[in-house]
Amino acid sequence: MADLSSNFIGIKSPNPFWLASAPPTDKKYNVERAYEAGWGGVVWKTLGAEGPPIVNVNGPRYGAIWGADRRLLGLNNIELITDRPLEVNLREIKEVKRKWKDRALIISLMVPCEEDHWKAILKQIEDTEADGVELNFGCPHGMAERGMGSAVGQVPDYIEMVTRWVKQYSRMPCIVKLTPNVTSILPPAMAANRGGADAVSLINTIKSITNVDLDAFSPFPMIDGKGSHGGYCGPAVKPIALNMVAEIARHPETRGLPISGIGGVTTWRDAAEFMALGAGNVQVCTAAMTYGFKVVQEMISGLSQYLDEKQMALSDLVGRAVPNFVEWQHLNLNYVTKAQIDQDLCINCGRCYAACEDTSHQAIAMSPERIFTVKDEECVACNLCIDVCPVDSCITMRELPKGSTDPRTGRVVGDFADWTTHPNNPMAQAAE
Amino acid sequence: MSNSPLTPGIAASRLPAEAYARNFSDHEPALDRHEARVAADRCYFCHDAPCITACPTSIDIPLFIRQIATGTPEAAATTIWSQNILGGICARVCPTETLCEEACVREAAEGKPVEIGQLQRFATDTAMAKGLHPFTRAAPTGKRVAVVGAGPAGLACAHRLALHGHEVVVFERRAKAGGLNEYGIASYKATGGFAQAEVEWLLQIGGIEVRTGVELGRDVSLEQLTAEFDAVFLGIGLTGVNALRAVGEDLAGVRNAVDFIAELRQAADLSQLPVGRDVVVIGGGMTAVDAAVQSKLLGAENVTIVYRRGQAKMSASSHEQDHAAQAGVRIIHNAAPVRVLGDGQAEAVEFAYTSEGETGLVLSPETFTLKADQVFKAIGQTLQGAPEGLAVAGGKLAGPAGKVWVGGDCAAGGEDLTVTAVAEGRDAAEAIHAALVQG
Repeated sequence: MADLSSNFIGIKSPNPFWLASAPPTDKKYNVERAYEAGWGGVVWKTLGAEGPPIVNVNGPRYGAIWGADRRLLGLNNIELITDRPLEVNLREIKEVKRKWKDRALIISLMVPCEEDHWKAILKQIEDTEADGVELNFGCPHGMAERGMGSAVGQVPDYIEMVTRWVKQYSRMPCIVKLTPNVTSILPPAMAANRGGADAVSLINTIKSITNVDLDAFSPFPMIDGKGSHGGYCGPAVKPIALNMVAEIARHPETRGLPISGIGGVTTWRDAAEFMALGAGNVQVCTAAMTYGFKVVQEMISGLSQYLDEKQMALSDLVGRAVPNFVEWQHLNLNYVTKAQIDQDLCINCGRCYAACEDTSHQAIAMSPERIFTVKDEECVACNLCIDVCPVDSCITMRELPKGSTDPRTGRVVGDFADWTTHPNNPMAQAAE
Repeated sequence: MSNSPLTPGIAASRLPAEAYARNFSDHEPALDRHEARVAADRCYFCHDAPCITACPTSIDIPLFIRQIATGTPEAAATTIWSQNILGGICARVCPTETLCEEACVREAAEGKPVEIGQLQRFATDTAMAKGLHPFTRAAPTGKRVAVVGAGPAGLACAHRLALHGHEVVVFERRAKAGGLNEYGIASYKATGGFAQAEVEWLLQIGGIEVRTGVELGRDVSLEQLTAEFDAVFLGIGLTGVNALRAVGEDLAGVRNAVDFIAELRQAADLSQLPVGRDVVVIGGGMTAVDAAVQSKLLGAENVTIVYRRGQAKMSASSHEQDHAAQAGVRIIHNAAPVRVLGDGQAEAVEFAYTSEGETGLVLSPETFTLKADQVFKAIGQTLQGAPEGLAVAGGKLAGPAGKVWVGGDCAAGGEDLTVTAVAEGRDAAEAIHAALVQG
């Protein structure tokens, strides 16, 4: 079994799987059960400023998208930050951390953008002996309308300002949680970096309406005939999160800034992908909310097996795919492939034909006997046939060897050459 | 082909040569990778899952299925084996339809449970094909334990003891280890020499010596074992067979179903195994079904199972009964044998219809006769050759006493299933380990 123990910005945990700040982490009872199930760390559900507790709706807080067999693919929520009194949370955090010294315990925070508020709460939480703080600049619903959450995360100057306060008034490691509800994730990440953040975590949820009740004509989740946008999460958001994580990981200004990857992590493989794209650890919520805390056991066994098979340490995995995440202009235009259909595996459904003939490059031929074959002279290797094929590995891509001629273009496959040197590019640099 | 299903008497080669391989091939072919992923996707990962509770070895079924779903069948196999070291054979022979799959919430909801047995086979087969044995022995304890019987209980016990660092010697009366996995179950449930392959795989743990051809009470006594070893585990099975107590039982052609099955399992060439034209199997359990179906597959023309009580009382599951019916076996309920007819050689069996009376089974004066040149008795096995001095309860060894632990079919408690034997062997090993470490 590979060693999964993790050290994220000095915070140690027996594995890199943390529960994200969310409903599952809002009280001692849950957090202890999560630790018992094997979670390496927990980010306690966001605490707010002292005063009358937050109020939540008393109708549905969640909306969902399902597959045909009710597999939960995406979840959205309109729950606000903790609605428990601050002192209760602080007492419980202290009790839990004392009892579970080997696990990470981070406190998520969200208070108004005023220096005194931050100074006050940081002083209050210092006594808990928690391992760090996470600044919730992410939640896109409810709190944002009160000038917190994603309202802060969408303004890089605010991110930088608050991060500075936190570093000034606290010695705790500081993670800044970013909202994806921005046109580019880079300015917020850079602002956090400038403010002195020890790490960023992303993504928080995406503004969303999961569906509309077509009888009541209300968005969902529906409260007494009306709906409000929620924050979207779960497996459906993973591709968006992966891209944002990778953008931060590769940008010269943010490269090396530790990242806690969040967004649809459901299996060990999801976690490994986030880590390969630069995340030092991952945070999970929807998978736990769907399957219970025990789901971490598969993540642990799977990641461990993967590392063993690759003969890699956990630290070797982090960022391993980042150098291969390049801009389009650096992709090899002399990498030529053609689809090929394995006739033994083909079940003759014709989905590849429909996709290619109707929506792509008319590169698949269909015989009267329903035999489907690729026309190399038309195939641009777009991959759509593979994506729609219901049979695993039935259609694959075959690379044309260097020196052969592409029957589509009539050109000989040459050495690496990308757009930067292509003759059609007006900005092309002549090769030296 | 010299004979046909119509050849009178007990004869070999009733079928064309190629029919034997076909008839005795894997009756439930393994899932391929894609099928396994699709089957695994149906698991809901239930909380405190009913399937785990229903499994005598308490395998964490939702976890191993999720591990298959996420592309790590090797991890799934580790999950299985850590509870049930004979998970490979259990995946093949467990009556899952009355255990985990009966408990599956999708069985209740849709009548279509997750294919747990098949998924378990996929995981264990994948890992075994890769040569994985994900267990390493603890440091040697210097303690030695004798295990009597290399069946599922004994093997499970031996592996767990070896894992804890003890030295184990397994004594087996037969020529091969495996017990009923090797000698008792239908051939088409464990094709390709799986039972032996699994024994060899299990022994990779090290620290286990198997001495075959050594029988307790004949070649070695319990006193010798308790004197020589720190602890003894008895997993000696049920080697006695109940008698029909019907006239004509000693006619030629009447034999124990378990002997027929064992002979069949060890036969190098099934076409050379003689079988009757008209076969009658008396009994209502898995042994009856295995003997009847295999008779049919060997080319018997007519095979009939006759059970003295109603269908609901048959210990063979409804899945097994369906399997028999599909193979062309007729099942008659509520009839008991009165006498076997024949002159030196069985020719027919006379049965009386039965009904459940207040004081037991009542035989009706109404009778019928079935042609039978071969009669298999499958009316239950009994404890035989148990050492003197051990407490017996309900015809089975009652429980541990002093340095002696018991488990499997010979021991009281639990159903007589492979998976139950594995659980009992494993748990006895833990009890022995606790006692040895403490002592």
